[in-house]
Amino acid sequence: MTHADPVGVLTGAHFLDGDHAACEGAICAGARFSAGYPITPSTEVVERFSHRAPKIGATFIQMEDELAASIAILGAVWGGVKAFTVTSGPGFSLMMEHIGYAVMTETPCVFIDVQRGGPSTGLPTLPAQADMMQVKWGSHGDYEIIALCPNSPQECFDLTIKAFNLSEKYRVPVFVMMDEVVGHMTEKVVIPRAEEIEIEPRHFTTQDKSSFQLYAPVGEEQTPEMAKAGDGYKVHVTGLTHDERGYPNMTPAVQERMVKRLVTKIRDNAEKICITEQNEVEGADVVVVSYGITSRVAQRAVEMARAKGLKVGTVRLITAWPFPDHVIRAIAPKVKGFVVAELNLGQMVREVERSVAGKCRVAHVGHAGGTVHKPEEILKAIEEVAR
Amino acid sequence: MQLTELRIAGFGGQGVIMCASVIGRAASIVENGYATMTQNFGPEARGGACSAQLVLSPTPVLYPYVNKADLMVLMSQEAYVKFAQDIKPGGTLIVEQDLVRVQGLDIPDVKVFAIPATRIAEELGKKMVLNVVMTGFFGAISQLISRESLRKAVLDSVPAAFAELNGKAYDAGYEYGLKHMQSGALDLGEEDPVTITE
Amino acid sequence: MSTPICIQKAPENPVESFLRTDRMPHIWCPGCGIGTTVNCFTRALIDSKTDLNKLSIVSGIGCTGRVAGYVNLDSFHTTHGRAIPFATGLKLASPEMTVVVYSGDGDLFAIGGNHLIHAARRNVDLKVICVNNLTYAMTGGQTGPATPLDVITATAPYGTYDPAFNLPYLVEAAGAVYVARWTTFHVKQLAKSMQEMFKKKGFCFIEVVSPCPTLYQRRNKMGDALDTMKFYKEVSKVKHGAPTNEVGLSKSGEIIVGKFVDRERPDFETMMKAHLEASLGEKYIPAEAPTCS
Repeated sequence: MTHADPVGVLTGAHFLDGDHAACEGAICAGARFSAGYPITPSTEVVERFSHRAPKIGATFIQMEDELAASIAILGAVWGGVKAFTVTSGPGFSLMMEHIGYAVMTETPCVFIDVQRGGPSTGLPTLPAQADMMQVKWGSHGDYEIIALCPNSPQECFDLTIKAFNLSEKYRVPVFVMMDEVVGHMTEKVVIPRAEEIEIEPRHFTTQDKSSFQLYAPVGEEQTPEMAKAGDGYKVHVTGLTHDERGYPNMTPAVQERMVKRLVTKIRDNAEKICITEQNEVEGADVVVVSYGITSRVAQRAVEMARAKGLKVGTVRLITAWPFPDHVIRAIAPKVKGFVVAELNLGQMVREVERSVAGKCRVAHVGHAGGTVHKPEEILKAIEEVAR
Repeated sequence: MQLTELRIAGFGGQGVIMCASVIGRAASIVENGYATMTQNFGPEARGGACSAQLVLSPTPVLYPYVNKADLMVLMSQEAYVKFAQDIKPGGTLIVEQDLVRVQGLDIPDVKVFAIPATRIAEELGKKMVLNVVMTGFFGAISQLISRESLRKAVLDSVPAAFAELNGKAYDAGYEYGLKHMQSGALDLGEEDPVTITE
Repeated sequence: MSTPICIQKAPENPVESFLRTDRMPHIWCPGCGIGTTVNCFTRALIDSKTDLNKLSIVSGIGCTGRVAGYVNLDSFHTTHGRAIPFATGLKLASPEMTVVVYSGDGDLFAIGGNHLIHAARRNVDLKVICVNNLTYAMTGGQTGPATPLDVITATAPYGTYDPAFNLPYLVEAAGAVYVARWTTFHVKQLAKSMQEMFKKKGFCFIEVVSPCPTLYQRRNKMGDALDTMKFYKEVSKVKHGAPTNEVGLSKSGEIIVGKFVDRERPDFETMMKAHLEASLGEKYIPAEAPTCS
């Protein structure tokens, strides 16, 4: 780990919304390239980046659509910079193609999805948390990614840095799954001094040019080192199934070896990657699972329940993917049940149910988006499960 | 300060969002409490109506939206019609005196305070600072944030070249508020309690 | 007396060092024109003395899309239609690189058509080589955006009736600064055009009309690869500076070849830097060498 480049770090306390904070996070993380296409409610991120870029040695380009934006950043990464793009539902659907390409080519990059109500054009200005399965399964084929869910502008800043760090560590696309409320909500955001911000640098290889293999795994991260265009390594990068040299090799044996590693490098390291925030889980009868803005609304419900004498704990998913199976699995036999609150009609609850494996009850409190929950709705579910 | 829910609304160009942002900045950054601001987005936010919600609290804010406000600052008749019914009983309503006609408000014990913020701003030489006049007035009436903290937040939010003007605007609003507090809130029992000029 | 045995090594092919020989044999059919264009490309690289460490090649998907996999350069085989936006990102992040986009007519003009016109509009400094075999060859010879009228394809068994794009006309209109067309018969001229293009700053485009004997010529009873060379020789007409609206292709009509457009227009990066410098003055910090701390 190294520290942030002081150029561009706006140390101090700011009153920022989540979109702007995420942009500052990206800059602190070392992002020096972004390609975007405007879409509500994510546009403010690239608006701010376009404003900041020429003053920090960075480049912004507005592309013709999200297909272009999502692959222009991958081109920039192979040119040697850290890069990201930002979008919301309809644009995210178009970007699925390049999530797969980034996974397959092990291109470190960050996507920020400020979730709004869908399907299709849906609710452009109103919140949802309904892209949670899309981010994991939306591109074709088997793959694993990392997705983080901030619940405040401060976390939009912090977790965007974290996203860049994880993407470099595992050479994998990492997603900051914001929601419209968090994106457009303004709160105090503290940006530390550059030397206090830990940064995972890109792991450029120093191996011999004639023997370096772009896709030969290194260390327990099972992640290869990088090379960039122009360094003399004559890399070949392809979305086809490829061997350790990067050469297309479309055989079941190579598919098994290479695609399996793309998956296991995340799954085997899931316990290291996953971050959850647990509160009063020990001795609880009911544990509320939530993430993003819903975690804050749920907390109010939890406080109401505790005031009524109920024993309620909380698990906040800061990492949604890989899903923290181990956390839920450990709690399940000790509680009456889980209440999963999310702004969708049942997405992450499936993961909770899978991890619980019948060991306790799982209740879902969700709606189709457009606004946050009423705390009373969550309280009602807590009371039912506690009964 | 206990948990306080505010709504600030008016029309585009009045500096509604900046007014809310300054209050939030003062509460969270200058005074180190917690503030969460949300605003209405979408086509309805372009031009026409403009509204911000602000939750101030001594502990981290959980629920970001305001359903019933403890205090409202309304700067247009449209905003009054749309939002005034959502003031809590016993709450405080602050209005732009020349732009809002307070009538038909049937919520018990609402205290109403009015200021001709636009006119005061014009007298200072720039109509644009009406939101800062309003911020000063809000500070004096609400007593939620110290006079100096709010003033600092104003100055931190404007370009240095406009610091003097904005400082004056803030002070004018604050002084007007202090005077108004002494004379008490408007009595809503009257048919037409607010003097309408122009 | 015995004569010492002398094993003579075959002389090395001059283009061999440009190829990933460990990936041979390639997938292209006998008589396919793509290999010919790669040969011209390597000749152009040799003759122009290009620093091969500073040249990247980006391909999309399709038969021509496989070029990136065979040349011994930093090479990127991207997604279908997206070679140009990938190349745009690569070029902007590492301006010192020469970035060549090498792809087919279907990839560049159908699924990637929007990206192509926008890159030309911005005048991004990309060198685009489009091998136009008039069909989707990788998938079995279906109708493409450059397939001429009244041609039999796998998805037009009774002949095509939707008009084709005139590629040079479209690209010129979109803003390209260099536009040329050759056939795989014109190997010398093609290599020379490529050399010219390497030197030119801005969005450059070369169309290479190329046979697909397996799917296009066979289905349309146009003979084999050799017959196609004879056809190209017969119907091609060199017309430098020809108005591009007059160079559209038909099934068996003449093929106008030559350099059609060679004009000056500041490229994207130049425009961006000049504008930001004028707007921001000393506050402007241009993106220079890539940093990745």
